[in-house]
Amino acid sequence: MPILTYQPSASGLFRPRGTKRECESAVNSKRPVNLDLGKFHFPLPAITSILHRVSGIIIFVGVAFMLYGLQLSLSGEEGFSRVSDLLDSFLAKLITWGILSALLYHLVAGIKHLLMDMGIGEELESGRLAAKATVVISVILILLAGVWVW
Amino acid sequence: MVNSVTNLGRSGVFDWMIQRVTAYVLALYTVFLFGFVLTTDINYDSWSALFDQTWFRIFTLLALLSIGAHAWVGLWTVTTDYIKATLPRFLVQALCGLAMFVYLVWGIQILWGL
Repeated sequence: MPILTYQPSASGLFRPRGTKRECESAVNSKRPVNLDLGKFHFPLPAITSILHRVSGIIIFVGVAFMLYGLQLSLSGEEGFSRVSDLLDSFLAKLITWGILSALLYHLVAGIKHLLMDMGIGEELESGRLAAKATVVISVILILLAGVWVW
Repeated sequence: MVNSVTNLGRSGVFDWMIQRVTAYVLALYTVFLFGFVLTTDINYDSWSALFDQTWFRIFTLLALLSIGAHAWVGLWTVTTDYIKATLPRFLVQALCGLAMFVYLVWGIQILWGL
């Protein structure tokens, strides 16, 4: 029966199961067990994305401060100078800088999103580059805003 | 799977559209305001003159409406991502909605002084 000469290939497909030890070593070498989540770190685009969310929430809360300041500043000469006086205090400057920082970051990261809608920065490498650019540009703007506030 | 009954556009595509359109409005408003503050000597006269103009009041109201819609889509996404239990999520979303409504009415009051 010549057809039997082709059987060795089939024996390669249907290999007998390994011994217990072989199975264990295969499991140990190929499957990551007990992942140490503390050792994982987010890629930069993930960090810029979560910061976009955080800054959005800060702005949402900050609108209350902005509306309060707007109302007071438009209430008359007195109100306007009261806002100026308020902005002299360290705490008010800090809050202003915080809201401005969130706003500037959200704006830069948002413009990145709009560029991605146009198909710019969607690949892995360009996406990483865009995330780096987002961080660099917003850090520069936030520092400038700090200089401007103080 | 979160029921989509609480999302603004009732579909992801609508939400996406709302988010983009309001994003352009808010970006333009922000850049304009930064430009004004940086190029003008800000005192009561110049500041109130800006907000006396009808077109800028309309622009500001448009920005406020945009904040409401933009923040609703954004905060809806964030709350549905992180708050899995229905009741707390609903309460947080209701609080956000109330804050947006207050912002809007407060803003109209500032702009047109009821």
